Formats: sequence, C-alpha cells, structure tokens
Amino acid sequence: MTTAEHDLDRLEAQTDEGAQELRTRSRSREVVLAGGGMWPEDELGDTMIINMGPQHPSTHGVLRLMMELDGEDVVRIKPVVGYLHTGMEKTAEELTYVQGTTNVSRMDYASNFANELVFSMAVERLLDVEVPPRAQWIRMMMCELSRMASHLLFQATNGMDIGAVSMMLYGWREREEVLRLFEFITGLRMNCNYIRPGGVAADLPDGWQERVLEVCDTVEAGIAEYDALLTENPIWRERTIGIGRITTEECLERSISGPILRSTGFAWDLRKAQPYLAYDQVDFDVVYTENGDVFDRYRIRLHEIRESMRIVRQCVERMPAGDYRVQDKKVTPPPRARIDESMEALIHHFKLFTEGFKVPAGETYVAVESPRGELGCYMVSDGSGKPVRMHIRGPSFYNLQAIEPMGGASLVADAVAIVSSIDPIMGEVDR
Amino acid sequence: MTTVDDAPREADHEPSDEVAAAVCARFPGSIAAESHGQVVVHVDRAALADVARFLRDEERFTTCVDITAVDHLRTAARVLPDGVTAERYEVVANFLAHARNRRVRIIAQVPAADPVVPTLTGVYPGTGFPERETYDLLGITFEGHPDPTRILMPDDWIGHPLRKDTGAARVPVTFKGSPDPR
Repeated sequence: MTTAEHDLDRLEAQTDEGAQELRTRSRSREVVLAGGGMWPEDELGDTMIINMGPQHPSTHGVLRLMMELDGEDVVRIKPVVGYLHTGMEKTAEELTYVQGTTNVSRMDYASNFANELVFSMAVERLLDVEVPPRAQWIRMMMCELSRMASHLLFQATNGMDIGAVSMMLYGWREREEVLRLFEFITGLRMNCNYIRPGGVAADLPDGWQERVLEVCDTVEAGIAEYDALLTENPIWRERTIGIGRITTEECLERSISGPILRSTGFAWDLRKAQPYLAYDQVDFDVVYTENGDVFDRYRIRLHEIRESMRIVRQCVERMPAGDYRVQDKKVTPPPRARIDESMEALIHHFKLFTEGFKVPAGETYVAVESPRGELGCYMVSDGSGKPVRMHIRGPSFYNLQAIEPMGGASLVADAVAIVSSIDPIMGEVDR
Repeated sequence: MTTVDDAPREADHEPSDEVAAAVCARFPGSIAAESHGQVVVHVDRAALADVARFLRDEERFTTCVDITAVDHLRTAARVLPDGVTAERYEVVANFLAHARNRRVRIIAQVPAADPVVPTLTGVYPGTGFPERETYDLLGITFEGHPDPTRILMPDDWIGHPLRKDTGAARVPVTFKGSPDPR
C-alpha cells in the first residue's frame, strides 16, 4: 500500500460522517430522478426554498416540508415523506395471520387498536368468521378509548405547536391515564396487539368497569380544562381561526377523510355511514363544523373525545356476556388448561403458532374510521398461512396531501399550525 | 329432476349490481364479480382512467379511496372470474360514493412485460401519493402522473421492494467503516 492510499483509508475511517458517505454511490438508471423531493425549477428566482424538517419538533416524527417562501409568505408547500419507511407491508407477507396484528399495531402507533381491528376484520371476512358479541363490544370500547388517547395526544402536540406549551403537559397527563388503562387490560401501554383475528387476546380483567369509568371521569375533567384554556382564548383564536382552510370538494377529490373532512361541514363518519362492530347499537353523534380551518379541526377532536366517552360509558353499561373470541378450533388457540390433558389441543396449539391457520383464497377491502379518517386494509390470500398482499390504506398518508391546498398563501408560522391540525402519524404514512 | 342450482340461469352473465352493470355496458369487455359481498369490476388496464372518469361523472363516486397493486408472481391459488386473463400484476382501485353510501372496486390486469397504466390523478388528484407509492414499491408506472418519483424508498434505490422476486432484507445494514454493500 502506498502512503497516499494509506492516507486516504485513514481519512475515510476517521470521518465523522461515516466512510460510506465519502464514496460515490452508484445510481441506477431505471430510477427517474426528476422531481423526487425537488421543485422542477424556480421560475421567478426571487423566492427561497426552505426545508422544514425532517427533524423539526413540529413535524410529528420525520416529515420534511419543502416550502417555497416569498419573504415570510408561503407560496407552495410540498410534503416529502418516506423517512420512517421500514417495509411493513413486505414484512406482513412473511408473517402468519396470527402474527400480523403485531406488525400493523406499529403503523399508527397513536391509535394501534384501529389498525389491529382493520387487519383482524379483513382476515375474518376472508375466513367468513362471525365474531361473538362480547368480542365486538370489547373491540369497540378499546377502539374508542384509543381514539380518546389519540385525540388527547393531538391536543397536547397541537397546543405546543401553536404556542400553548402547557397543553403538552396537560394532554400528556390525561393520555397517560388512558395508556395505564391499556396496560391494565392488555398488558402493554402501546402497540398492545390485543385485537386478534377471531376476537381479542384475553377477556377483560376483574374490576375493569371501575377503572374505565375512572379514566373517563379524569379525561372529562381534563378536556373541560382544555376547553376553558383554549376555546375562548383570544390568542388561540387569532392563531387558528381562518387558517389553513380547505373545502369539502378539495377534501373529497384528494381522498381526505376523518376530522379534516368533517371540519368542512361534511358529516361523514364510517361508524355511522357503514357501521361495523356494534356502532349501530350505541348512541353517539358525528361532530362536524362548517369552516374547515385549524380551529375547527381542534374543536372537532375535542368534541370527539366526548363522543367517544359516551360510547365507552355505554360499553361499560351494556357489555354483553359470553365469549371474547370465536370458538373455532382452526383459528383460536385452545385454552391453556386443555393443552395439559388433550393431545389434539396440544397439536392445534402447536400448528397455530408455527404454521398459523390457512385463509381461503380471495381478496377483500375493509375500512374502519380511525381517529385520523378512513383506515383501510386490502388483503389478498392464496389459501396459505400468509397473505399474498396486505396493504394498509393509512389515512395520514392521504391527509398529508391536504397540506398543498391548505398551506398555499399562509405564513411560515401558520404552516406549523396547519401540519399540526392534520395530525399525521408518520409511522402510518411511511409504513 | 332439475334442482334450482342446475337450472341454467341467464342472470349469471348479467351483473346484478347497477354500478357494475353500468361499467360493463359502457366499457365492453369488463367483467363484474363479487368478492365477499363487495362489488368488483375487472376492466382493461388502458381504460382505467376512463372508468374512473365515468364513475366520478356519471355514477357519483366522489372519492378514489385507495389505489394499489398486487404482484401475483408466486400466488398459489388465484380467484378470478371467468374471462379474465391472469397477468402478473393487478392494479386495484377502491372508489367510494358518499351520497350513495356505497363502494366499488376496479381491478386491472397488468402484464409483467409492460407494467404501465394510465394515471388517475387527472380525475382524482388524491391518487397522487398512492400512485407514487405503487410505482415505488411495485414498479407499476402511471402514465401521465405529474410527479412520477419514488416516495417511500430513497431516490437512488434500485428495484421495487414489494415485488415477489425481491427478497426481504437483502441489503445488509451498513456500519461505519465497512465496505459498501453495493
């Protein structure tokens, strides 16, 4: 080795950035690079392009916003995503249906129950399995608690993004109570993997009614505080009213759903329109407002916590007795006690957790209303123990497209409020 | 004796669903099917954008909820209605009519040799992101897309990870100082 080569090697090894960054990276010709995170051209030349993110505290994870600025006015915003992509749909193709919920649970980590639910419902539809009523009601209660936790998280981060920093503490405080309840019921605070194909993982523990009602009371007191702190607060109203407006038509053509769509005066909620679980048997209202701005999206989510609480209280009151999972031996593992005394039970248990169960060939699309909008699962099975394709239609992924109509002709400070009001969960965007 | 099931039924060839029937009437060669209670119409891939425009303008399907694709390279058993020629890829689009509160799914077969379909962005701008995702992960090109770039994978990525001939985790993790895996 010559001295020069040696020096080069030493230099590469000592660079903070990592040796691989110093080498030229081979690029494939089949990839079209025009665009990809870049504006085509800057026609006028008097605007400035600024990247907000990927690591910016108000981008809720790793979202990069390319903003074309004219002074402090935003001319255009383009969201650039993919920083959190971990190939979860590819992973799903290598997991059995029993393992699948663990995977999808990690997509929308702020409301994991909705993801587990939509996956399980897709599997159940392909299997043609009817879930017992108690399982349906448990699922519904957990999904609504999860919606509360998710919207509380929104209240916390939205408050902080706009400048009401104490909201971060308050929102987190109430959300933590809900997460403690999740831990009590499922064993885990987040990514609970509780809703499984065929039912839920375990029955509700003793004394769950008191705990659930306690949490509801705590959250109710909490959101009354948020309401008092923010809703009539002149500074808050100044920062949010009329900011980031979007119309119903823009929402519909851009596949935007959930609270953003409802804030434009379009009362569309899949829980009412296309009821699943037992949503047609409980009493609740769809919250909607008319203005489609940041303030309305804040208000809708605040009131949706109250509506979810109504559903949760009805669940506590009317929880049916019976099985918490379907008693189909091909899908459901046998009870632990049976394994000790029955050979068949042992075999079933072993087969279920090694090979998994087989799902008949077919394809289906199932949609539920997650806290962020329509959460869909498109599943294709070929009769084996693993899906051919498991595609999650994450509402945040589509809702991020609202940034462009919302963010044009706003100020930089408003752009932060706008992104925050979309409430994107990047785990679900990038999957 | 002829049982009910043995009797020839004309209705089998006529889609029972009104939207499926309308699509089949307008686009000859389309085949309507039913999948677990959901209406599915298999259309020619070249007509995909026209079908979307028809659904939006005449059948009041306000939103294209989702567009994605499936790679059937290794699918052991495929469920396809009679008359549909199976190809390697399927592009799947779900539509929702809010006013009618109903859905329809449009599926187009796409051959491996020429994985190109027309873009729906001209009809539903909301398909901009998911079409980029489908291109990125499965290598289906949407002709006429205003921004046909990768969205989830890095721009210099080679290949399309969700294709069945791409293994999972083939690219080793690069540690500081280790030789470039590529």
